[in-house]
Amino acid sequence: MTQARQGTIIKVAGPVVVAKGMAGARMYDVVRVGKLNLIGEIVELHGDLASIQVYEETTGIGPGEPVTDTEAPLSVELGPGLIESIYDGIQRPLNQLVEAEGEFMSRGSAVPGLDRKKKWHFVPTVADGTQVGTGDIVGEVQETTLLKHKIMVPPAVSGKIQKIAEGDYTVTETIAVCKADDGTQTELKLMQKCPVRSARPVTKRLAPDKILVTGQRVIDAFFPVARGGTACVPGPFGTGKTVVQHQLAKWVDAEIVVYVGCGERGNEMTDVLTEFPELKDPHTGEPLMKRSVLIANTSNMPVAAREASVYTGITIAEYFRDMGYTVALMADSTSRWAEAMREISTRLEEMPAEEGYPAYLAARIAAFYERAGRAQCIGSPQREAALSIIGAVSPPGGDLSDSVVQATLHVVKVFWSLVGRLAYQRHFPAIDWLTSYSFYKEYLRTCFEDKDKGDEMEQMTIRAMSLLEQEAELLEIVRLVGAEALSPRDRLTLETSRSIREDFLHQNAFHKVDTFTSMEKQYEMLKTILHFENRSLAAIDAGVETADIFKLPVREEIARAKYIPQEETDKIPKIRDTIDEQTRQLQTPAVT
Amino acid sequence: MLSLKEYQTVTNISGPLMLVEMVDEAKYGHIVEIELGDGTIRHGQILQVENDKALVQVFEGTRGIDVSKSTVRFLARPLELALSPDILGRVFSGLGEPKDDGPAIIPDKLQDINGSPINPYARDYPNEFIQTGISTIDGLNPLVRGQKLPVFSGSGLPHDQITAQLARQATVLGKGEEFAVVFAAMGITFEAAQFFINDLQQTGAIERAVMFVNLANDPAIERIATPRFALTAAEYLAYDLEMHVLVILNDMTNYCEALREISAARKEVPGRRGYPGYLYTDLATVYERAGRIKGKKGSITMVPVLTMPEDDKTHPVPDLTGYITEGQIILARPLHRKAIAPPVDVLPSLYRLKDKGIGEGKTREDHADLYNQLYAAYARGKEAQELATIMGEAALSEEDKKYMDFANQFEARYVSQDYYENRTVEQTLDLGWELLSMFENVELKRMDIKLIEKYMPKFRKTKKES
Repeated sequence: MTQARQGTIIKVAGPVVVAKGMAGARMYDVVRVGKLNLIGEIVELHGDLASIQVYEETTGIGPGEPVTDTEAPLSVELGPGLIESIYDGIQRPLNQLVEAEGEFMSRGSAVPGLDRKKKWHFVPTVADGTQVGTGDIVGEVQETTLLKHKIMVPPAVSGKIQKIAEGDYTVTETIAVCKADDGTQTELKLMQKCPVRSARPVTKRLAPDKILVTGQRVIDAFFPVARGGTACVPGPFGTGKTVVQHQLAKWVDAEIVVYVGCGERGNEMTDVLTEFPELKDPHTGEPLMKRSVLIANTSNMPVAAREASVYTGITIAEYFRDMGYTVALMADSTSRWAEAMREISTRLEEMPAEEGYPAYLAARIAAFYERAGRAQCIGSPQREAALSIIGAVSPPGGDLSDSVVQATLHVVKVFWSLVGRLAYQRHFPAIDWLTSYSFYKEYLRTCFEDKDKGDEMEQMTIRAMSLLEQEAELLEIVRLVGAEALSPRDRLTLETSRSIREDFLHQNAFHKVDTFTSMEKQYEMLKTILHFENRSLAAIDAGVETADIFKLPVREEIARAKYIPQEETDKIPKIRDTIDEQTRQLQTPAVT
Repeated sequence: MLSLKEYQTVTNISGPLMLVEMVDEAKYGHIVEIELGDGTIRHGQILQVENDKALVQVFEGTRGIDVSKSTVRFLARPLELALSPDILGRVFSGLGEPKDDGPAIIPDKLQDINGSPINPYARDYPNEFIQTGISTIDGLNPLVRGQKLPVFSGSGLPHDQITAQLARQATVLGKGEEFAVVFAAMGITFEAAQFFINDLQQTGAIERAVMFVNLANDPAIERIATPRFALTAAEYLAYDLEMHVLVILNDMTNYCEALREISAARKEVPGRRGYPGYLYTDLATVYERAGRIKGKKGSITMVPVLTMPEDDKTHPVPDLTGYITEGQIILARPLHRKAIAPPVDVLPSLYRLKDKGIGEGKTREDHADLYNQLYAAYARGKEAQELATIMGEAALSEEDKKYMDFANQFEARYVSQDYYENRTVEQTLDLGWELLSMFENVELKRMDIKLIEKYMPKFRKTKKES
């Protein structure tokens, strides 16, 4: 083996280091910097000078120290052991780092992403002599109770399988040999490496066709995201972006969840770490951790690694998609990712575009979201899978004209706008129903097996939304001339939309029942609220005072419907019977 | 010990920056000593090294430094703080030098002031309720150990009184554990610093306090190091001496301005309002040092204070702070004018970690529902208040009037309290019930009906009697 290329540092400015003697190095190859062996990546080449973004704190590094080229791009290790892991931005296992180096992050550590000692039980699904190619599944490992980890043939390998055998292997041991037609033999292992900055290919991309159920009423009923779709959650601080992301990570109907904490709070990652093992997946009843991969590069960890964390996350997510699973990736927050790009760009002395962000910001954001999608995966057996991305955006001062928000809105199909006004009223999730949108609304009806029910749900959401629109207009009038001026019908509209807001859209993430609502229950809840409106309209037409209608005791039952457990959803239709009864009594004045 | 290299090769001085040439073995982030012609010593930190040139930021300012006579010594180490249990009760300068009459600290250990990030996996979730005796905090935005709760204030608002009250009253229920206060003053006036010191002296807490003081007339660049010295001391007290530390950083706006000064001097591309693009990252390396660590007894709870220019919450300093900290206490000028003290603006004030710190066994089972209901009712009342100012009270519906009445009472009785009044959490919670007793059960939608049945009757009755 030839000696690795070595350069010498000539300049250090924060996370950017320039080294000379690097002629022949390739862009985006990983290098080891200085005596401390810090991890870095080449981001610019000028003759034999290379600019390197360093993934670790550079204090104490100076000119004259060596730089070693590893001659490989930034990659992640993919294989059994990913699930239930918690990694930093460049796939170093944080839990193992605590054991190896203590509670504080030290520099230059090189613990591999996947545990080298652990044995996994491998069961082949093909026999010796099978002709295989890239992406073909050759066997399975039961990684957690929830997940069969499919072992796939790595890219650019094909041939006949030999010596495949069931047994216990570590990720680096050979499970089979693949003999190509020209005689070259490749050893297949449980683990493969994959560069993070380019998308993993698929056979064919498909359009989304189904809703990704999240159990969050305002999202599922009004602004749903599709399997394989993209969504963004912008909002000023304190509006609950992170809670929305956590809620999705907990309750989303996906087989794998990758959660990227990118430049956010350390205590929030701890929250995820302590909660996920305890919470049960509503779809399978197993702990949520058994389907989750966490990536935590908190705000005080090095910025360059923050820049990489999003790519590390999406590559892991793509790997699971390639097995044929439904995957959801949450990135909190993409603004921090963009800021990391900006910081590196500034240190490289690049010409800035808006607000100091690099000119390639929009292109990078678009390319990232484009890695989502529903697809037919490469290899046999034939399989379809979907990868959805939900990105939080933290615009400065909540200003939606911010470059990151605008670049994101260009590409995503769902927009959940979080606003301070609602958050101050403690209306959570603080998703503004008037400005948010979703392009996947048409698939809502497919959530129900009963087609009529699906159509009805769609009609109801349209009705509810138009009531909310009317409410906004009516409130303007009330502000000008007072509530007295409204007609009884308008007053009913205000009350119904208040009911939609408080009894349906408002959802308490910390209430053990209210935190997740099945599609079926959402249907019943909305139907009940609109049923009350219908009956009240009839009552108003019959000359009943609105004040009497609004005082009906059944309204408390409507308000508390959200706390009825999922299993008892059949109690909700009974509320409608009570509505009928009580409104009828209003219309037939008691005989004196 | 290695002999230190000395250079007399200063070539450029501009603003707080100084360029030294023909140096070798200069390392990024290390510190230098500058000896002026008259023998005075200044300190600096290396911001950038390129070949044999080192760019140095001078903490005490460059006034009086010349290019020919100054000698620069490269100390080959990052900025460090000498630590031992003797730091308690002492006052240091913004650069960690003793400023009182006491002796130099004989160090048990020297610690790099930049610290290292806590591994997220090693963090312990903050869930121990701290009683502050202030209703708006205990009842609505409970503080827990290991969190960071900034005070967003403005010029002329009483943030000093509030932070002093916090330092005086903050206790964990039912526990007598060792605590300490670390106070970092950055560019505040002598009066403001003295107010705080006097307050600590009166309560005797001064012996458990460590102060790092950079006053308004002290060198501005020094302020960049001050919070890091304070946090290094706090980490030592918390994780080596197992104490519960409350860190008060006052005022972070001045810190950010010092950072902007350096950035401008380096001719970096400015971000919003001239602040550097890395302000978020830089602030995070300060704020994220709060926390708890699994298996360690101590904790660091942080209360940064910042003044919002023109009370503008979208100004980069409060904005970026809000994105890093787990909530905020916002002070409101209108309340202050109405002589409501502390003038906490309840609606936009927020605290994210509360849900694990309250409830049965921590405070009381009704806590969460109670604050949700109080918030909702107060928000509604605030709307009614606004409506009343536009159209007059007469135009309000009966319901709106009731909510407005609630909002007024809430401000007068719940928000308002004396700076020396220490309410227990039970008192705060009961006060909440008392105020809500004016509503019917149907109107209390945010509450569990069982809780209403359990707690409300007591307060409904007292109301009827009166």
